[in-house]
Amino acid sequence: MIRLVRRLGLRAIALGYLAVILIGPLSLVFYRTFEDGIGPAWDALSTPETVNAFKLTLIITAIAVPLNTIFGIACGLAIVRRRFRGKGIVNAFVDLPLALSPVVVGLSLFLLYGRDGWFGWLGDHGIQILFSLPAMVIATIFVSLPFVAREVIPTLREIGDEQEQAARTLGANGRQTFWRITLPAIRWAVIYGVILTTARCLGEYGAVAVVSGRLQGETETATLRVEERYESFDLAGAYAISIVLALIAVLVLVAMTAIRPKEEAA
Amino acid sequence: MSTLDVSARPIGSAKLQSERASTALSVGLVTTYLTLIVGLPIAALVFESTNGGWEGFWEAVTSPEAVAALKLTLWTSIAVALLNAVLGTITAWVLVRDSFRGKAIVNAIIDLPFALPTIVAGLTLLALYGPQSPVGINVAFTTTSIVLAMLFVTLPFVVRTVQPVLLELDQEMEQAAKSLGASNWQTFRRVVFPNVFPGILSGVALAFAKAIGEFGSLVIITGNLPYQTQVSSVFIFSRIESGDRAGAAAVAVVLLAISFGLLLSIGAIRHYATRHDR
Repeated sequence: MIRLVRRLGLRAIALGYLAVILIGPLSLVFYRTFEDGIGPAWDALSTPETVNAFKLTLIITAIAVPLNTIFGIACGLAIVRRRFRGKGIVNAFVDLPLALSPVVVGLSLFLLYGRDGWFGWLGDHGIQILFSLPAMVIATIFVSLPFVAREVIPTLREIGDEQEQAARTLGANGRQTFWRITLPAIRWAVIYGVILTTARCLGEYGAVAVVSGRLQGETETATLRVEERYESFDLAGAYAISIVLALIAVLVLVAMTAIRPKEEAA
Repeated sequence: MSTLDVSARPIGSAKLQSERASTALSVGLVTTYLTLIVGLPIAALVFESTNGGWEGFWEAVTSPEAVAALKLTLWTSIAVALLNAVLGTITAWVLVRDSFRGKAIVNAIIDLPFALPTIVAGLTLLALYGPQSPVGINVAFTTTSIVLAMLFVTLPFVVRTVQPVLLELDQEMEQAAKSLGASNWQTFRRVVFPNVFPGILSGVALAFAKAIGEFGSLVIITGNLPYQTQVSSVFIFSRIESGDRAGAAAVAVVLLAISFGLLLSIGAIRHYATRHDR
C-alpha cells in the first residue's frame, strides 16, 4: 500500500512538473494559434517577410549541417584513432559550444569580423561578413559544432579498430576502409548527430541575433522573426511562426526516438 | 570485395610514412576548422576585453549594473541546478522504474526543450504565465520568470544523464540490501544514490552551464530590467546594442571562464565515474 502511494506520488511529481513547465505552455500557444481557425495563422505565415525568414533559416541550415557533419566525423576519427599533441585542447574546444552562451558566441564573431576586428579588412575588399549571410552561417556552425562529433566519438571507441585493421591487412587503402568499414559501423551515430545539429541550427537565436543586424526581409531568420513580430504587438504572427517551429521540433523528436535504439544497438 | 587490392603488402616504411602523412592531414584539417570557427573568435573576444588593460577590464566587470546582472545570473542558475537535481532525478526514476500508459511519449517529450527554439520557449511560457494568463498566474518580468525559463531549457540534462545509469543499475543489489533488512530510504541512500550521484552531478553541471548562458528564452519573458531581471547574457546583448564593446567583452570573458571551468569539472566527474572501468 505504502509502495503504491509512493510510486504514484513520484509519478505525480514527475508528470506534474512536465505539465507545468512544458506541456501546459505549449498546448496553450497551440490553442491560441488556431482559436479562430487556420485562416489567420495561414495569413500570418504567408507574408513575404515571414516566408523569407523561413527561407533564410533553411539556407543557413543547409550550409551548416553538411559542414559540421564532415567535421564531426573527421574530428571523431582524429580524436579516437590518431595520436597527436594537443588532443586535450581539441577536445575542450569541441565541447565549448555546448557550455558557452550564444550571446558570447555572437559577440566574439562580432568583434572578429567588425570594422576594427582582425578580419575587418575583408570589408574594405567588398567582402561583407557581418550583418549578412556569412556571419549568420558562421555563428550557426559555431553553436551546432559539437553534436555529430559527440555522437560519433563514443561509437568509434566502442566498435574498436579490429575490423579496420583487418581491412588494412587485406590491402584496403584508407579511403576504402573508411567507406566500407568505418562509416557503415557509425552510420546511426552520424544520423543521430545530424538530427541534433539540424534542430540546433533551425532554432538558433542568440548568436545570430548579435551578428545579423536584423534587417527585415534580408537578415531575419525564423526565430528572429518570432521576436520581431512579438515586439510589433503581432502576437498572432509570433504564435503562428512558433507553431511551425514547434512542429519541426516534434518531427525532430520523432526522428530521435526512432533512431536512438538503432544507435544504441550499433 | 572485387575492387579491393588483395595483394597484401608487408607493412613497410612507405606505409608507415603514408600513415603519418594522413594523420597530419586529417588532424591539420580538423584543427584549422576549429581554429577558424571557434578559436579565432574566442581569441578576438579575450583580446578585446583586455584592450583597456587590466584596470579597464576590472572596471567594466565591477560596474554596478554588470555585478547586479552577474549576481542574478549566478543565484538563479544555482537554484535551477538544484531544482533540476531533485526533479530531474525523480523524472528519470519514474521513466525507468515506473510503468504507465503513455510512458514512451513522456520519455520522448523530455527532449523537446532541446529541439524547440529558445525564443519559442520564452513566448510559450509568457502565454501561460504572463499578463494574459488564462490561469491567473502572472510572473512576467520577475525573477520567477527567469527560473521558469531556465528550468524549461535545462529540463533534459539531468534526466538524460541519470536515466542510462538507472537502466544499467543492477536491481539485485537493491534486493540484496532489502533482504538484509535495509529500509527503502537506506537502500536508496546507500545503494542507489552513490551509483547515480556522478550522473546527477554531471547533468547538474551541464544544466548550470546552460542556465548561466541562456538568452533566447529570457529576452521576452524577463523584460530586461537593469538591476531587477537583467541576467548577464541579456546585459551583454544590450551593451553590444549601445556600442559599449569593451563592457560587453569583459562580462563575456567572465561567462567564458565559467563555461571552461564547468567543462573541466564535467570531465573530472566523468573520469571519476568511470574509475572502475579503467
